Amino acid sequence: MIRMENVHKAFGDNQVLNGMTLEIPKGTSMVIIGGSGTGKSVALKSILGLITPDSGQIFVDGKPADSGDRDKFLARFGMLFQGGALFDSLPVWQNVAFRLLRGTLKRPAEEARAIAIEKLRRVGLKANVADLFPSELSGGMQKRVGLARAIAAEPEIIFFDEPTTGLDPIMSGVINDLIREIVVEMGATAMTITHDMTSVRAIADNVAMLHGGVIQWTGPVAEMDHSGDPYLDQFIHGRAEGPIEAVR
Amino acid sequence: MTPIALLARLGRTALAGLSAVGRAALFALGAFSHMLRPPYYPREVLNALLNIGWLSLPVVGLTAIFTGGALALQIYAGGARFNAEAVVPQIVAIGMVRELGPVLVGLMIAARVTSSIAAEIATMKVTEQIDALVTLSTHPMKYLVAPRVLAALITVPVLVGIGDIIGIMGGYTVAVQNLGFNAAAYLKNTVDFLEPLDIVSSLVKGAAFGTIAAMMGCYYGMQSGRGAQGVGRATKGSVEAAAVLILAANFVLTGVFFSL
Repeated sequence: MIRMENVHKAFGDNQVLNGMTLEIPKGTSMVIIGGSGTGKSVALKSILGLITPDSGQIFVDGKPADSGDRDKFLARFGMLFQGGALFDSLPVWQNVAFRLLRGTLKRPAEEARAIAIEKLRRVGLKANVADLFPSELSGGMQKRVGLARAIAAEPEIIFFDEPTTGLDPIMSGVINDLIREIVVEMGATAMTITHDMTSVRAIADNVAMLHGGVIQWTGPVAEMDHSGDPYLDQFIHGRAEGPIEAVR
Repeated sequence: MTPIALLARLGRTALAGLSAVGRAALFALGAFSHMLRPPYYPREVLNALLNIGWLSLPVVGLTAIFTGGALALQIYAGGARFNAEAVVPQIVAIGMVRELGPVLVGLMIAARVTSSIAAEIATMKVTEQIDALVTLSTHPMKYLVAPRVLAALITVPVLVGIGDIIGIMGGYTVAVQNLGFNAAAYLKNTVDFLEPLDIVSSLVKGAAFGTIAAMMGCYYGMQSGRGAQGVGRATKGSVEAAAVLILAANFVLTGVFFSL
């Protein structure tokens, strides 16, 4: 279980998180929605320790996220970055098997390659992609490779940062379905941040709406359409009028 | 502007400068500390050795040969004013080994390697590849910075040594072909005149300049701002800082070696 308690984070005068509290039960898929610049990525990066909160606490399975062995802590996570964040100097298979080629999870190169190819197959890519470089792939293929890398070491917790941004609706649907299948299949705890309401409906067990640095509403995805929360209603229906100020 | 406001602005500028120096110094200490502690990434070190050392050879060689040749012509022309043309071999040797070899190689490395390291790491930062490294349990200082600094520390003295030899040979070629020097006498004068300390100072300068060049590339890359502009600024800043620091370090090291 992941729990964020009263987390604050500011960048200069810009108070991004202003007491964010959120709980993600083990084995569930939480999707955080909210407008651009509301701090969704900051929240996610704070859990991973990529950003240090100004105050508040983050717990993973009851233990503070900033204590204990950092490598062991990070070994429990997989992450799909918004732009893929593939290492362009490495071929696809070495990207996917990055964690398996070094550090505590290191295995022989042949075994790591075999795992990488199996994970590539799992995300719908053929083995011949393994030796290509990221720059030779389309945006959708890069997302799939990023997804394969996120699941290569079979993590307990997977984060997805805007998984469908920049993809066409069909490819978005494919990625959403893959994410859902993989999360269910692995029994992983998932946290996704997105603007894409189709993704929300496809991926989420629970939804949290982040606005003004705090969680404005959270609940099961089935209740999202009848929440009665004006902020959530405005966001999911994409209305310019409402409590969320729309800059024109 | 009131005197107090002027003073405040000066104070802010001085503090910002000191804080930048402090950040760079802490970064350098961190890089050395990561270089000494496992895990090590030998493949990354090999790649960096190839990129910084082997692939810099052509530019270093060309710079050195032209400089050595021009130096021989200048010394011959200048020496002729007081009947001292015969000192060409000695001055070319000492000029290349003590000063021009290390400085020019250092500056060429700053242009070629510092810029490339800064642009590469800055792009990795902008595209979240550095964050991805962290989430994959890999410390960016160990994986990106330590191998590059170590490779520069090892290869730049070698490049300086090669540059010294090629520069001297450039002077030799011009002196023998164009200025009528005897080939054997030129080489003998060169070898007889150089002292071990000259060569040691050249190589030590090479190690220092290589470290500065790689460190500045890594530092500016890691500190890069967002977007293409951030990458551009990091690249420009890294080359400027490396060039100035190399010239400053050259002054300090020359003073140190003169005092020995």
